Amino acid sequence: MSETREKVLEVRNLGIDFGGLTAVNNLDLDIYKGEIYGLIGPNGAGKTTVFNMLTKVYQPTRGTIKIAGKDMDKLNPVQANQVGVARTFQNIRLFSNMSVLDNVKTGMHNELKYGLFTSILRLPKYYKLEKESTQKAMELLKIFGLDQFADLTAGNLPYGAQRRLEIARALATDPKLLLLDEPAAGMNPQETEDLMDMIRKIRNHFDISILLIEHDMKLVMGICERITVLNFGQVLAQGLPQEIQSNTEVVKAYIGE
Amino acid sequence: MKLVKSLFGPKTRGRSISFALVIVAYIVISILQSAGSIPRMISSLLVPVCCYIVAAIGLNMNVGISGELNLGQAGFMSVGGFSAAITNAVLLNTVSNDFVRLLICIVIGALIAGFVGWLISIPVLKLEGDYLAIVTLAFGQIIMSLMNNLYVGFDADGIHFGFINNTMQLGEGGKMIVSGPMGVTGNKMISTFTVGFILILISLLVVYNIIYSKEGRAIQACRDNKIAAETIGIKVSSTKTLAFVVSSALGGAAGALYMMNYSSVAATKFDFNTSILILVYVVLGGLGNMTGTLISTSVLVLLPEMLRFLSSYRMLVYAIVLIVMMIVTNNEQIKTFFEKFKKQKGVQAHE
Repeated sequence: MSETREKVLEVRNLGIDFGGLTAVNNLDLDIYKGEIYGLIGPNGAGKTTVFNMLTKVYQPTRGTIKIAGKDMDKLNPVQANQVGVARTFQNIRLFSNMSVLDNVKTGMHNELKYGLFTSILRLPKYYKLEKESTQKAMELLKIFGLDQFADLTAGNLPYGAQRRLEIARALATDPKLLLLDEPAAGMNPQETEDLMDMIRKIRNHFDISILLIEHDMKLVMGICERITVLNFGQVLAQGLPQEIQSNTEVVKAYIGE
Repeated sequence: MKLVKSLFGPKTRGRSISFALVIVAYIVISILQSAGSIPRMISSLLVPVCCYIVAAIGLNMNVGISGELNLGQAGFMSVGGFSAAITNAVLLNTVSNDFVRLLICIVIGALIAGFVGWLISIPVLKLEGDYLAIVTLAFGQIIMSLMNNLYVGFDADGIHFGFINNTMQLGEGGKMIVSGPMGVTGNKMISTFTVGFILILISLLVVYNIIYSKEGRAIQACRDNKIAAETIGIKVSSTKTLAFVVSSALGGAAGALYMMNYSSVAATKFDFNTSILILVYVVLGGLGNMTGTLISTSVLVLLPEMLRFLSSYRMLVYAIVLIVMMIVTNNEQIKTFFEKFKKQKGVQAHE
């Protein structure tokens, strides 16, 4: 990991308290451009809380988050997305009554620069921009093998396809950093295998960094370039996959003594 | 050609059906009317049907598309109607063309109701679900009570407002426009069925064009999943406000048209029952389904009149029709039949 690479995410001393409970404390995290980074830990370690802080759903109690050098201190979730953070959810959160295509096009909301009157009066600009965004969305769906489902209602998709659609929607916002919360949850080994290929493909194709939470160690050790292990909100270990695998502390946290 | 394309563009199946339905209905009714074969009882209801349709389309925007239950649509009709009545009286001598004056009245009614809708949306949209519904209900009642105590007079000096007690001393030739519990009095009736028809077309156009745009997608996204909508960069509160304001503005336009159809209307006309009635039209027509709203509103407004020959059994039959409609529209088999039908059409459109 050469230090000359551009830092996409820089987290320093991040912490959050819920009342008297410290959920996450003293977290430092650096993610470079084009890196696939793993965040692992036993249940309740605070992994999803970290995601919620990075997307500003939760306001951190301590510490700083910088995305591509920009301080995230006073931003709300909408602005966090505009700065370049997009995410998926552990329990899928699609717009389930909308079509698959519209789900992705909704992700391009801020990119589509036309106003309310343009759409009510159907000015030429509307047709031009809508056509462009439909094309772009279809390309994105093709990458995820969802283009044949474009007109289906998102809620009617099979489970694996819903997970992929959520990633496609997040990518439609043109992020710098993509957060995947347990992307392989509920998938069989073959689907997990495909997902690993897909994550690599996304990284190469869109030239973004990916931070993922996952319990499937095969996936984590297979594609993550570096890993941070959380336990009870504290960083237990940080390093390359082989270092993590051989770390006795980590093994103890997962299996017990 | 471009206009035709913009009205009946691709991916707008339901939309074309709605417009075709309205236009065909208008032509048929106009022909029947000129032939004199529509009974007076029905023809006097034509404009109210248009009003309820516009109000219901607006409410469907809020309840069906945005997913926020609003029990105060009659309040916005009231605001639109009273502003229109005042405008009508003020402009009576300046704008002599009835058609132009009616259009001005409707636009002003819609704008003022939209503004009131925006004001009310600020506290209301901080709430969710049942709480939001209860607060809209309360605002509907507040508007009705305010209008019930409002006195407006007009004379050479301009407009005079009074509240609760009428202490107005109007000058020579002045007249009362709104007199408290009696509501609007001496209104010049200028509504026509044609204007109602145009208003339905415009409201359908506005609502459909919003639904099939980025704003419409954002509104539906916030309905389906607020948190996910936020994380992809959609401002939830302003998006919901947009739907609320459009809904109330259409309610205001409907109220203006309604008011212009009568010489006097009391504020209590726009009470809680009216709000519920409009909600019933929307729910029976199908949430988010504008074509359904058109049909259910027309049927349910005309039905009580059509059933007059049943005399005292009238409301009983009305209730039975409501129940049958509820069962039919919620029947899984019928739903899947329509889904299949839709899907086939969708595939064809793609090929």
